Amino acid sequence: MKRKKGIQRVVLYVSLTLLTFIFLFPLIWMLVSSLKDEFQIFRDMKSLKAFLPPAPSEVEGGYFANYIAAFQRVDLMKYILNSLIYTTGIIVFGLIVNSMAGYALARFRFPLAGFWLGVIIATLIIPPESIFLPLYVLVYDLGWVNTYTGLIVPFIANAFAIFLFRQFFLDFPKELEEAAKIDGCSQIGIFFRIIVPLSKPVFATVAIVLFINHWNDFLWPLVVASDESMRTIQIGLQYFMNEPPIKWGQVMAALTIATVPMLLIFAFLQRYYVQGLTHTGSKN
Amino acid sequence: MKGNSSSAKPLTDHDHYKAPSEPSIKKVPPKRKKRRRSQAFQEAVTGYFFLAPALILLGVFLLYPMGAAFYYSFTDFYILKPDDISFIGFENFSYIWQDAQFRQAFWNTVYFSVIVVPVQLAVALGLALLINKKLKFRVFFRTAFFSPVVMSLVVVSILWTFMYNPNEGLINQLLGLIGISPQPFLTSPDQAMNSIIVMSVWQGAGFQMMIFLAGLQNIPNHLYEAADIDGASNWQKFLHVTLPGLKNIALFIFITISIAAFKLLVQPMIMTQGGPLGSTKSLVYHIYETGFNYRDVGYASAMAVVFTLIVLTITIIQRVLIREERG
Repeated sequence: MKRKKGIQRVVLYVSLTLLTFIFLFPLIWMLVSSLKDEFQIFRDMKSLKAFLPPAPSEVEGGYFANYIAAFQRVDLMKYILNSLIYTTGIIVFGLIVNSMAGYALARFRFPLAGFWLGVIIATLIIPPESIFLPLYVLVYDLGWVNTYTGLIVPFIANAFAIFLFRQFFLDFPKELEEAAKIDGCSQIGIFFRIIVPLSKPVFATVAIVLFINHWNDFLWPLVVASDESMRTIQIGLQYFMNEPPIKWGQVMAALTIATVPMLLIFAFLQRYYVQGLTHTGSKN
Repeated sequence: MKGNSSSAKPLTDHDHYKAPSEPSIKKVPPKRKKRRRSQAFQEAVTGYFFLAPALILLGVFLLYPMGAAFYYSFTDFYILKPDDISFIGFENFSYIWQDAQFRQAFWNTVYFSVIVVPVQLAVALGLALLINKKLKFRVFFRTAFFSPVVMSLVVVSILWTFMYNPNEGLINQLLGLIGISPQPFLTSPDQAMNSIIVMSVWQGAGFQMMIFLAGLQNIPNHLYEAADIDGASNWQKFLHVTLPGLKNIALFIFITISIAAFKLLVQPMIMTQGGPLGSTKSLVYHIYETGFNYRDVGYASAMAVVFTLIVLTITIIQRVLIREERG
């Protein structure tokens, strides 16, 4: 019996190690290759050295030669900046607009409140992919093509975020607001001075969900930010990947750079992200 | 519905409050009643003040385009001639069924979804079960399985395009080490879609694993203890405690993966441009090309309407299934 358990343990750990390799080897290869020159990448691929960083004696132009070259060849800095403006804009305006809407639907009684909630939930099932063409025509008519406005404004209001905020505010104790009301605080004052500071978790969750979704966005920036100077990092990567001469090491360096912000978010704030998504999952 | 009942609520509340002490409603001073009404009015104004920005934005940038897509689908709208739109009835829709490219894109998308959805669900559940116990390095394993999620779909697609390179790619080199001859992967019509499927599961499974893990932790321990007392085997415990406990979460994941799978676009766009021989052209990709490359907004909109209906049907069928399961 004990021996059987021991064998089971061994099998378990061996399969976990194998799975770890399957899930990690592309990432390790990407990171390691971004530090090597072209010749070395192709030579190392013939053995398991493909997954080892280059020895100090093997690097000629320094460990970060590929990174420097990538930044020199294309304006990666500008792409990253565009992505940051795009995501920050959506997050800042999105937090304000959606939290206010969520609060209205959780707290106030007004005609058609239930109807609007129904409409907002219904829009969740409209696939964004199906409206991109007319949305583009609209943004074009507004003269917003190749502007930050065109990138940001259509995605400020977000039904999913409104829904998350509403769920949170529903569970929020009413007593505080009533006390503030008695003290003569206005509704707007109550919301921005009392509710918002006490709702940091839900704001964090929504901000992270918005950041991840829009940092990774591809289709909308591709059609609206067609100008080189407006490209986001994801679009910039796609062009860089196909731009001759194709240098594998430099591409891997650019891919690594594009992943760093996401890595930071997940390393420090992952809890909020998974929380937000499982929360709706169980309540739906 | 909800709006009506909730707007009537203050009245009933009030009645309950007052009814025992004051038998007649007439005794309520008229001044008070008036004040209440004006309070309700003020509350409505404040409510709409808070809700309006979101409503207007959703209306302009979501509902209007939705309606416009529907309208365009009955016209011959061509982007280069925006002032020359004429109504052509169902012509676009009847053309869809003759469009061999649409049919191919449709079946490609179905093939992708039908394989990715169950495989990814099974992989995610399997990973979650494997590491949902006392293990050394548990956090390490969990982080490893989750790590592909951290990369964007674009980054992953580019990375795997290089790994799938038929001559110099990493995967063929690794296969060579164990004596398997080089595979064409993305350059063969038979393998391209499967190669995209493998990559997609690899990228996405870790995320659903996390949701499953949260679900596993919510299954009350006493259920397992009770099963132990009854002398249940591990397999019986899995079948009768774990699976039922995960049902709702599994259905939720099932819906989200299915819908996401049907929207397949980024992977073929970056890795294969829909080729070889159209074998990886997806529905959304075909709509994109028709609209943005060939500028045929009318026809692209008709396909977008059909696409929306398909996604809606999937959603509704699955919702109904969930409701039946729960009821």
